[in-house]
Amino acid sequence: MSLQLTSVQRGPAVVGLLIALFLIMFLVVPVGQVIFVAFQDPGTGEATIINFVDFFRNSLFRESFFNSFYVAAMSVVVASLIAMPLSYFTTRFNFGGTVLIQTLGIIPLIMPPFVGAVAMQLLFGANGSVNLLLDEYFGFTIPFMEGLNGVIFVESIHYFPFILINLSAALSNIDRSMEESAQNLGASGLRLFRRIVFPLAMPGYVAGAALVFIKVFDDLGTPLLLNVNTMLAPQAYLRVSSIGISDPMGYVISVILVAFSLLSLWVSMRALKGKDYATVQKGGGGLMKRDLRPWEKVGCYAVVVLILVLVLSPHLGLLLLSFGTIWSYAVLPDAYTFEHYITVFSTATQYITNTLLYAGLAALIDVILATAIAYVVWRTDLVGRKWLDYGATAALAVPGVVIGIGYLRTFHSVNVPLIDEPLATWWVIIVIAMTIRRLPYALRSCVAAIQQVSVMLEEAAENLGATKARTVWRIVIPLMSGGILAGFVTSFATAAVELSATIMLVARETDAPLAYGIYEFMQSAAGRGPGAALGVIAVLFVGLGTYASHLIIERGKKAREPKSIVAEET
Amino acid sequence: MKKFMTLGAVAAFAMTIASGAAMAAEGTLTIVTSFPKDLTAVFKDAFEKKNPGLTVEVLNKKTSAGIKFIQETTANNTSDLFWASAPDAFEVLKGDGLLAKYTPKAEGIPDKVGAFPINDPDGYYMGFAASGYGIMWNTRYTKAKKLPVAKEWADLKDPIYHGHVGMSSPSRSGTTHLTVETVLQGMGWDAGWAEWKEIAGNFKTVTERSFGVPDGVNSGQFGYGIVIDFFGLSSMGSGFPVDFVYPEVTTLVPANVGIVKGAPNQTAAEEFVEFLLSPEGQELLLDPKIRRLPVNPKTYAKAPEGFPNPFKDKSIGAAVKFDLDLSKNRYNVVNALFDVMVTYRMDDLVAAVKAIQEADAALKGKSNPAAAALVAEARALVAKVPVDEATAGKKEFAAIFKKSRKKASDQVEGRQAEVEQEWDTMVKANYAKAKELAEKAKSML
Repeated sequence: MSLQLTSVQRGPAVVGLLIALFLIMFLVVPVGQVIFVAFQDPGTGEATIINFVDFFRNSLFRESFFNSFYVAAMSVVVASLIAMPLSYFTTRFNFGGTVLIQTLGIIPLIMPPFVGAVAMQLLFGANGSVNLLLDEYFGFTIPFMEGLNGVIFVESIHYFPFILINLSAALSNIDRSMEESAQNLGASGLRLFRRIVFPLAMPGYVAGAALVFIKVFDDLGTPLLLNVNTMLAPQAYLRVSSIGISDPMGYVISVILVAFSLLSLWVSMRALKGKDYATVQKGGGGLMKRDLRPWEKVGCYAVVVLILVLVLSPHLGLLLLSFGTIWSYAVLPDAYTFEHYITVFSTATQYITNTLLYAGLAALIDVILATAIAYVVWRTDLVGRKWLDYGATAALAVPGVVIGIGYLRTFHSVNVPLIDEPLATWWVIIVIAMTIRRLPYALRSCVAAIQQVSVMLEEAAENLGATKARTVWRIVIPLMSGGILAGFVTSFATAAVELSATIMLVARETDAPLAYGIYEFMQSAAGRGPGAALGVIAVLFVGLGTYASHLIIERGKKAREPKSIVAEET
Repeated sequence: MKKFMTLGAVAAFAMTIASGAAMAAEGTLTIVTSFPKDLTAVFKDAFEKKNPGLTVEVLNKKTSAGIKFIQETTANNTSDLFWASAPDAFEVLKGDGLLAKYTPKAEGIPDKVGAFPINDPDGYYMGFAASGYGIMWNTRYTKAKKLPVAKEWADLKDPIYHGHVGMSSPSRSGTTHLTVETVLQGMGWDAGWAEWKEIAGNFKTVTERSFGVPDGVNSGQFGYGIVIDFFGLSSMGSGFPVDFVYPEVTTLVPANVGIVKGAPNQTAAEEFVEFLLSPEGQELLLDPKIRRLPVNPKTYAKAPEGFPNPFKDKSIGAAVKFDLDLSKNRYNVVNALFDVMVTYRMDDLVAAVKAIQEADAALKGKSNPAAAALVAEARALVAKVPVDEATAGKKEFAAIFKKSRKKASDQVEGRQAEVEQEWDTMVKANYAKAKELAEKAKSML
């Protein structure tokens, strides 16, 4: 391949280089500074791989590795079981509350893991509401929250929205004519779903499932709060963050987490390779929506309500906690009060405004970067373009605390001009940390979206005389809008509750985001109520934002849709 | 602006010296602390009220994260004070040369609380409150499960508490570390570890955060928790149905404050230390949401009924003369041992202890020397520690766990992961064997 760039390549090449520079500066260098330790002999400081040998020799680490893999795989299965009916019903049938269901379905992401665990323990713990009731009336209890199964339970409920969002975006992007052709050829019901609908939605499903797998694989909060130590991420975290232990094993585990996440991503890409999911016709896209017969409606609603009750139970617990006075070894709180909300509104409003600002900025930068990366990777043949994807995705596997320490170490001596302050203590660094941490989410959504847009549409536009830039702006980006929005929502919602990296970077209380505020409250007996109230407020704000963006996108879609299509009964 | 503020501070300082009155601090005071908002907010409000020109910035971080923060930002320090419980955290900072010396002017504070000196003998950090360690429990839980009250560590070994006890890991929490070390020093290395492992055999969980323990007891996830006193006292103060007791083997340790070297606002930092130690500041510690033991004995006159007084009630913390040097030398070894033997192998340990408890129950009232011998052997296997006390305290051995290579030429023999793997293999085999022996003993009865 010649290194001479054609004029068409020049634009994307510049964009690609700029992104690469950003990633190197804010991901590779800071993390490299920390991960360097993994390849250092702890005794002599020489370069070595002895630490990796130690890792694989250690039975505890091997056990942890297996447990992490098992939990991640099982979580994908359980999360799929939750997400599939929700996304299929809402994209396939005409029934009220679709937007509401899509919004409520995203709410589980908007909860800092430590808050979720407190609420889940109160409801499902060994002496939580459910088990106290079961014990009283039936004389037995169910260990929902014990051991690895507890982790799978909580993780599936927490992360299934990744599949829901991406699968829904993909389903509503499927070309209606495909379905019609299949129907004309006599396919219907399950066969239609299995042979046409599901395969066409594959990129979305795989994007979501890969996110769930990787996220669960390196998730810290949940296993830690359920006090399950024999998994990789908690082992890494416990070793990196303990005082005095400069044991390189924590860093070694981090490297292994990154490597394994990249491997699973590569596998998921291989699975899609050689298949073309793009469809030509757009605009009238989406599955044919049909009306449900009354009894079908009842059935659908029953399933949806059941699932929503289950996945929203942590929020119910949080709501009770925020209004409850004392809740201890009882099915419900002893009494109810508004006091916690008064405390929050009189002392903690800056956390909310900070979070909206930080997470909004981070999500915006994320979708811009992600769209650019997706375009460069899938629409150009620049050398090394895949590395942009790998690089951005690697952020998924780097523990937040490692990013935090890396930033402090790298940027403390870098002074920001004009404001005369180290970059590491300026609030913008928190936004950058959130951006880097959530970029992989936006990227997976955008990549799935661009895979569904046929190159032919771009070629058509160019044949009609549009420039490359105009084609991207007027054709590619509008057609990707569903995926871009999905990326924005996931990035925003999860950045809003980011804690592990930001807790290292907050240099002033006035700069602190929400999750930090909740964490601060939740460190004392009297703070549990106000912490829960702050959590409820966070969920409300981010939930409203999600709902609003859905309305906007639905309106945009309606405007583009031909008016005359009427869904038929099949 | 900054220069202007410095000038103001100098002027204020000069004025104070001239008048001898309390000086007014100005600007911003940045405090890095591990204390909860319930405590910091009270002091922030009171101190700001006293110094109208001053804003207090409280940075709440876990102790370990706080230390990392100060270490990483030292080149361009923005923190004035470090304010936390565990003395060993201050030792780390002091060892790195990150604290400034200061001698407080406040009066009426004795040299010692319990057996512990209140201030750092070298003058790098000051104690402002005392804390002891003990047992808290949820009264609703114990009533529902019909559990007796456990008042001593040894009580928690009773099989009746199986699955009802929670504790944090010493590697996660400086205060828990001191609890573990206190029992090791109070009972001796081997007996102390045996005690911990028999208690751990009754664990429901080892929590990740030290606050996870009071949280679990408050909400009733488990009945008993091993905690620092103010967790129990402030939970009671907040209205939870819990109670707290000091066992005989406990130690009183000061909670501290230290001025960060190169503090941007040294004057305000010093003022804050004085405020903490003043009668007014000491009294704030009695707030029901705070409940820490003041270091000024006079303050106790204002304490509520039943509030522990370590200066009057000599039994609190008198049983153990805590040796800080000994603790410091083997700090990381003790943490690593606890994690390998208890935290990461909890399921194996709990299964082995459960088997022994059942064999004991079956053995009760019967005479079967062969079975009794098997149970004794099983118990010894569980208790076995892979490292003896002398080795654990050795500098060269401890160095494996604290890679403090300052220069490239420094060399440390051995790797932590390698050593831990050896321990883990031994511990896992011992627990499995102990379980087998205990089950065999039971089947003989």
